[in-house]
Amino acid sequence: MNVLGKARRRVDGRSKVTGQTRFADDIVLPRMLHARLLRSAHAHAKILSIDAERARKHPGVHLVLTGRDFPVTFGILPVTQDEYALAPEHVRYVGDPIAAVIAKDEQTATEALDLIEVKYQILKTIATPEEALQNPEPRIHAYSELGNIHRLQAFQFGDVEETFRKSELIFEDLFFYEGNTHLPIEQHAAVAQVDGEGKLTLWSSTQVPHYVHRSLARVLQTPASHIRVIACPNGGGFGGKCDVCNHEMVVAKAAVMLGRPVKICLNREEVFYMHRGRHPVLMKFKTGVTKDGKLTGMHLQTLVDGGGYGSYGVASTFYTGALQTVTYQLPRYKFDAARVFTNKPPCGPKRGHGTPQPRFGQEVQLDKIAERLKIDPAELRLKNLVKANSLTANWLKVGSIGLEECIKQVVERSEWKKRFRKMGPGKGLGLACGSYLCGAGLPIYWNKMPQSAVQLLLDRSGQVTVFCGATEIGQGSDDVLAAIVAEVLGIDPFEIRCVTGDTGMTPVDLGSYSSRVTVMMGNAAIQAAEKLKAMIAEAASEQLGMAPDRLTFANGRVGFEGKSLTFAEAVVMAEEKFGTLGSVGSYKPPRSPGRFKGAGVGPSPAYSYTACVVEVDVDKTTGWITVPKIWIAHDIGRTINPVLARGQVEGSVYMGLSEALMEEQVFRRLPPKLSSALVHKIPSLLEYKSLTSLDMPEVDTVLIEDPDPNCPFGAKEAGQGPLLPVMPAVANAIYDAVGVRIDELPITPDKVLRALELKAAGKEARVGPTQFPNVPYPEPVIVLPPWEGGDGNAVEGAERPKVKVRSA
Amino acid sequence: MAQAQLQMTVNGEAAEISFSPYKTLLEVLREDLALTGTKHGCELGECGACAVLVDGVPQLSCLVLALECQGRQIETVEGMAAGAELHPLQAAFADLGAAQCGYCTPGILLTAKALLEHEKNPSRERIREAISGNLCRCTGYQQIYEAIEEAARRINERPR
Amino acid sequence: MMRLPWFEYRAPASIPEAARILAGEGPNAMLIAGGTDLLPNMKRRQMAPKTLVSVKGLLKTNGKGIGAGTTLTEIINRTDLPAGLRQAAHQVATVHLRNMGTIGGNLCLDTRCNYYNQNYEWRKAIDFCLKKDGNICWVATASKRCVAASSTDCAPALLAIGASVKLVSSKGEREIALEDLYNNDGIDYLKRRADEILTEVTLPKVKSVYWKLRRRGAFDFPVLGVGAAEHADGVRIALGAVASQPFLVQKANEFLKGKKLSDEVIAEAGRLVGSRAKPMDNTDLDLYWRKDVTAEFVGYALRELRGDDMRATRLRIARFEVS
Repeated sequence: MNVLGKARRRVDGRSKVTGQTRFADDIVLPRMLHARLLRSAHAHAKILSIDAERARKHPGVHLVLTGRDFPVTFGILPVTQDEYALAPEHVRYVGDPIAAVIAKDEQTATEALDLIEVKYQILKTIATPEEALQNPEPRIHAYSELGNIHRLQAFQFGDVEETFRKSELIFEDLFFYEGNTHLPIEQHAAVAQVDGEGKLTLWSSTQVPHYVHRSLARVLQTPASHIRVIACPNGGGFGGKCDVCNHEMVVAKAAVMLGRPVKICLNREEVFYMHRGRHPVLMKFKTGVTKDGKLTGMHLQTLVDGGGYGSYGVASTFYTGALQTVTYQLPRYKFDAARVFTNKPPCGPKRGHGTPQPRFGQEVQLDKIAERLKIDPAELRLKNLVKANSLTANWLKVGSIGLEECIKQVVERSEWKKRFRKMGPGKGLGLACGSYLCGAGLPIYWNKMPQSAVQLLLDRSGQVTVFCGATEIGQGSDDVLAAIVAEVLGIDPFEIRCVTGDTGMTPVDLGSYSSRVTVMMGNAAIQAAEKLKAMIAEAASEQLGMAPDRLTFANGRVGFEGKSLTFAEAVVMAEEKFGTLGSVGSYKPPRSPGRFKGAGVGPSPAYSYTACVVEVDVDKTTGWITVPKIWIAHDIGRTINPVLARGQVEGSVYMGLSEALMEEQVFRRLPPKLSSALVHKIPSLLEYKSLTSLDMPEVDTVLIEDPDPNCPFGAKEAGQGPLLPVMPAVANAIYDAVGVRIDELPITPDKVLRALELKAAGKEARVGPTQFPNVPYPEPVIVLPPWEGGDGNAVEGAERPKVKVRSA
Repeated sequence: MAQAQLQMTVNGEAAEISFSPYKTLLEVLREDLALTGTKHGCELGECGACAVLVDGVPQLSCLVLALECQGRQIETVEGMAAGAELHPLQAAFADLGAAQCGYCTPGILLTAKALLEHEKNPSRERIREAISGNLCRCTGYQQIYEAIEEAARRINERPR
Repeated sequence: MMRLPWFEYRAPASIPEAARILAGEGPNAMLIAGGTDLLPNMKRRQMAPKTLVSVKGLLKTNGKGIGAGTTLTEIINRTDLPAGLRQAAHQVATVHLRNMGTIGGNLCLDTRCNYYNQNYEWRKAIDFCLKKDGNICWVATASKRCVAASSTDCAPALLAIGASVKLVSSKGEREIALEDLYNNDGIDYLKRRADEILTEVTLPKVKSVYWKLRRRGAFDFPVLGVGAAEHADGVRIALGAVASQPFLVQKANEFLKGKKLSDEVIAEAGRLVGSRAKPMDNTDLDLYWRKDVTAEFVGYALRELRGDDMRATRLRIARFEVS
């Protein structure tokens, strides 16, 4: 390897440190106007009327838009096209956009917002999943499956009940993971302009230009060929810019109507309303285990609080149950899930999408199992690891798995064996593991086309330009792209120009989500670069008098044993021989062996694995928690740029610890007798707490390279997986330190102190959920695991019956 | 209402500006001087993204009235490099992964610049404290500390 | 982007001139020094003064005390000042905000409440609150009084130290004990008249400490502040962030009169102070827990005052080395 694995400055590094990276809000165009949104002041209401006359007449106002201007719905998933750019008649959370003012400047637009008069008919608000279950009416959405239950899912892979009857020990535990949000420092912004040919361009801080492109075509009823979406580099994404946004539709429509560029930048409060963050999830884990610590089966039930719209929710809900099987062998597995609608900003995908919540429960429960069986938690995990190149009970295909080495590394580096359960009062260590996708097996909308594509253009000067729809959100996708092409062609990454994230200029990539970019874009890039390399090699071989397959491409030269050409010379020969040089590559993940309906969520070309040890120091008098150090080992397959890979891992540790200790998207309901208000409690960067540098401990990071054959040069993901084990490792460390279980996140000092008081009173030393409501889960889809004679299909005649609406 | 007028020095150059008087320094830099390298994450003093140097001192431009900048020396990220040569902090940030998305980066760079102008070899603990008013959601901060330490080394080794 | 509303700006050349402008404009005018408290409040339309009167640079000079325009960073760096004040200043907000914010501003800091420190649109969604534009205190709906929390760090430190402040108006000036500056009322929290300028803080040199409870190592306002200082007649303790005013804890201070800080005395003082902490559910962290740990924080403060080595605890709580 000439490029991969070496610590390098990222190709866009200079731009980021000089202030030259152009984020969406940095775009300024001649004659540009500014938009602001009027948002619902009520959590649940019908709009009776909107009077915008005074706003329209306000000096400096050019246009006021309302729901009437947007008759067509949109939504990220084809099954939940439930959003309007501006709500025409039904608002579902405080912050739901209902009108837009476009004015000469932001100040004027803001002034005019207050001149719009909206009359509402207040509806009963649904604040929690429990309320959603108890109140089928008023319906937040008419299309939901049962009352205010948006979606119900149930799958059974083998007869888990039979397993439990035969298990030597059964563990049943409840966990709760509070919702939280992405909090990118960059607030969402978008600029729309109609160009000289009358076509629309939208610049946006989006992770998914392709989906924005499709949605704009739908909402504006304009051919997609007349719309170009450019994803600006994102000032942090974390999943928060993965959805198609109201404001993108609004500025696009306004630019078309006014013939002038229109910009919008959300303020911080609005970013909290845009949300699409971590779903609050209540979980019930029932797990069977033998006395010597072999897992026999698991039944997981989840209740997922979706907020006011579908967003990615159906997928998120599947993900709360999809990946329990890819870390530890579960011979049988059953999974029931329900997502409910509530009158809060919609939840969606945040780093780890749907999997951190059950991962927290699973890893804390394993800690409890280890404790009861008197087995070291690291040993318990090693004993149950999934084997490489195997199928899981739910028909996921696992390729490489470097988790054993990850566990060994963190155990050794943290001196686990010497210190676990022996650190003295108030101090403790906790261990947990995790695994994550390297891209989702299926695209969001059903199609058989590639999920990522790369196009290469070679100039006769030797200059290489690479085009790809992938989106730079800070993770370094441009650098990965340049590095992979550079590796194949034997040139320096800085010789490559990246053109990315532009639906008018680049071939499709579905976006920066589900940790798919390195694997999918990388494979496409290799394919494109190899095609060019073959042409160059053929042309150069004639000059050098050597077989093409004997030529090496390295350090900017093409040749063999001292006889070589510069890359640029070889390119000239290739252009002489073949004409203008270009190539394309594309990638589509392998087909998953699962054939049942619902098998689309969970499959991935590869899975990354992580192990983590957290050290804590807990003050027994106050419950105050200090985290001195975290050790993490991540199975990355192969490292493309160790600087960036480490950054992804440590950034994940940071965000995981922040979620473990403080982050929560919580709401406040005013006394119902006096008010119907249900508001975000703390929509600000000050009161929504995230770790500062002073709260972040030292992190010891190890990258484990166990290349996966499905991945480019074996490289797996690094941006999401390493977050997963952090939260449960914190909880497990707190147990080691002070002997109390905090079975809900975030873990705050008051909860620790409350558990310590319970412990002192001789009660169960635990803070966490104590009840799981009665959820009308349907009969499960029955699929036999591979080892019970299954073929990946649902068992005939056992398809899940249609849900009946019960009268409540 | 009437525009306000004043002079200040921005990145070493005299600037005469005319602006709406309600604007903060942040707005004037980004909107009236086209210096969009200075970022904003909250405009309420809750994140540190808009930090610039005012007379050499790190301040939040979102809470500085532009009206109060008459005669002041303002330094933004655009003024850090000397021609084509990056400031050692910029180079170290780019080399060592201290800038991921790059959005909090300008504020941290200027904050760190002020630190290194006062302390040649700040300890890791001093660096942690110095940048604790700059939220970063990407890095976990560790590579930022390392870049500041590396920059301090490079500055100290520079021939005078 | 959050933007300021329109306002008129006056930059008087002297304090008397500033006082004359205040007298002329009445309550429509507000003083601005560091701006770190006022400007966010204006951007969220919690305040919309017609006129801003800048006293930036006018309050540096000091007679016998500290000029109210002294920045918090300057306070931290002045090693001649009592430790309690410097520790308090060092734990305010962030590096940048301390470079901007002043001691006078911190003493006059608006009371805070998470029903109030919100954008205009948010407050509209709850139909506003007693402190601004509304009729009900949502924290305590039966309360006639606004219960927004005093959130200054420097005030409890200076109360324990026994500071006084000078107030200047066009009619003259007066010096009052710092404790007489405050009301236990979230709206009318200062006894400073609208036409008065706090120009100077005077304080004795006493041994003092300040301990702050907040979630993170930076940014956060206190959810508990404990100031303690050693005086000839005994130790004095003041609390911050657990009422609408910072206050000297009389009962505990009477108990502490003439007593040496034995472990037993410290425990009893902690108990007495704890009973006076009345946190409300309008700031960060669980209010019952905040009350529960008050005694412990009093213990930290008194043990440090006694001379115990509290550096490890300090580091755990503050997360950095406090001045």
